[in-house]
Amino acid sequence: MNLRLTWRKSLNVFMLTLTGVAALAVVSVLFLILGYLVWNGWKSLNLDFFTKLPVPVGEMGGGMANAIVGSLKLLLLAAVIGLPMGVMAGIYLAEFGGRTYGFTIRYVTDLLNGVPSIVIGIFVWSIVVAPMKTFSTFAGGVALAIMVIPITLRSSEAFLRAVPTSLREGAMALGASKWRTILTVVLPAARGGIITGMLLALARVAGETAPLLFTAFGNQFWSPGWKQPVASLPVMIYTYAISPYQDWHRQAWAAGLVLLAIVLIANIGTRIVLSRGGVRSV
Amino acid sequence: MASASARGKDDAVAVRLAPKVTMPEQASADLLKETTNRFEISHLDFFYGPKQALFNLGLKIPTNRITALIGPSGCGKSTFLRNLNRMNETIRNSRYTGEILLDGQDIKAMDVVNLRRRVGMVFQRPNPFPKSIFDNVAYGLRINGYSGRLSDLVEHSLRRAALWDEVKDHLHKSAFALSGGQQQRLCIARALAVDPEVLLLDEPCSALDPVSTAKIEELIFQLKESCTLVMVTHNMQQAARASDFAAFMLDGHLIEYSETSKLFTTPADHRTEAYITGRFG
Repeated sequence: MNLRLTWRKSLNVFMLTLTGVAALAVVSVLFLILGYLVWNGWKSLNLDFFTKLPVPVGEMGGGMANAIVGSLKLLLLAAVIGLPMGVMAGIYLAEFGGRTYGFTIRYVTDLLNGVPSIVIGIFVWSIVVAPMKTFSTFAGGVALAIMVIPITLRSSEAFLRAVPTSLREGAMALGASKWRTILTVVLPAARGGIITGMLLALARVAGETAPLLFTAFGNQFWSPGWKQPVASLPVMIYTYAISPYQDWHRQAWAAGLVLLAIVLIANIGTRIVLSRGGVRSV
Repeated sequence: MASASARGKDDAVAVRLAPKVTMPEQASADLLKETTNRFEISHLDFFYGPKQALFNLGLKIPTNRITALIGPSGCGKSTFLRNLNRMNETIRNSRYTGEILLDGQDIKAMDVVNLRRRVGMVFQRPNPFPKSIFDNVAYGLRINGYSGRLSDLVEHSLRRAALWDEVKDHLHKSAFALSGGQQQRLCIARALAVDPEVLLLDEPCSALDPVSTAKIEELIFQLKESCTLVMVTHNMQQAARASDFAAFMLDGHLIEYSETSKLFTTPADHRTEAYITGRFG
């Protein structure tokens, strides 16, 4: 009896340690990446990096101002096209979608989510780049938007479904129509989750390289407007990291650090705003 | 009152479905002589898809009285209640046949927004919106396009729900900061804000502690001066002490409907007696 108790206790301790170590390993991966990026990128990070254009091979220094702005422009476009579509389709699925029709949309969305990003790149190349006869910010934005849609859709659907039915009934029992209920009760209740989902989607595509390779392409100079090839941080990292030049490698590390910082700051910032917001009057 | 031939059909169906049923229409006919009726329901059948949940219900709900609906779980009390403000319409594939008259007007033909303004509802669990206390009460006013001073009506509604003194200093705080009992009174205030003629209560106290329950019961008692109340309850004591009339339902049939004192002391049907004495259900 006593032996059995000892065995059970030690097994408990063993399993607890095992799961704890696994959890620690997961967290440490993030911190390892962060630390490695900071270690390698910090030295090359200076004011020039944010304000200057890349310099030709052989010259030292220069920066990636055009790629930072380019990445932000691409994300803005992806957000403007992809987020409303994703959220609205999510509302449809959570609030209206019937059994068969809803299942179909959900299944197709999951398939879209699983399409390799390089394939999305080829697709956008053939429907946007080829007819326009030029790589462009627009084409890159469309490619990223296609990736944003399924992520936003599924996350907003999940958060809308988590809003208790009793809230919908409460609003409808006061005479609110269905759309009014969704607009004034359901959406505000799910607001925090939906915004978090949007951010995660944008953070996810912020680092995408493959779909940009032959849509936004890349640019060593500023790219005015939306109809020209544009530099972006991930493509810049790719190009610089595979180059044989020491100075470019350091720049690639710095670009990686900046990209991660943009994503983290956006993420943490939104969480702070959301938690301060609390209950808001309509 | 239904015509003689309709009542004949009524009885035939009732006997086939539930033998030994007391005639609800006759029972309600004697006891409601002195009052007017807010709701007159006749031949109400209700279906969830192919499944019938209510069978040929006929009863009259007197104005400015408290009517309790009792019966075991799944007997159709809530389904019946949710027919009175057409909340069941939100359920896919549900339908009803028969007639539900509110002040002599068929609710089927009424604008649903207008109907629900006149017939408010309070649910089993408090369901305040994730908004401030003020905005919760003002919600119904806003969606009904009320353009006057909201704050006066919000205060009036909170006073009617006996909540004003507890919340007047933090109207702009989240409704979630309130206790369960306060939240339920807030939901009552929210329903009262649009000044309904009828308030439907679906087990309003089942999620509350005895102190909060006592407060809500007292509140319900005060409200009957200005409102017709229909309350579903699982609590026999609550039905006995709070209501004027009581209806006992079983498997979608109305078994007995009479004055509460009569139903609880001298029930006409043996099943009613068995239920209220706790022998089943």
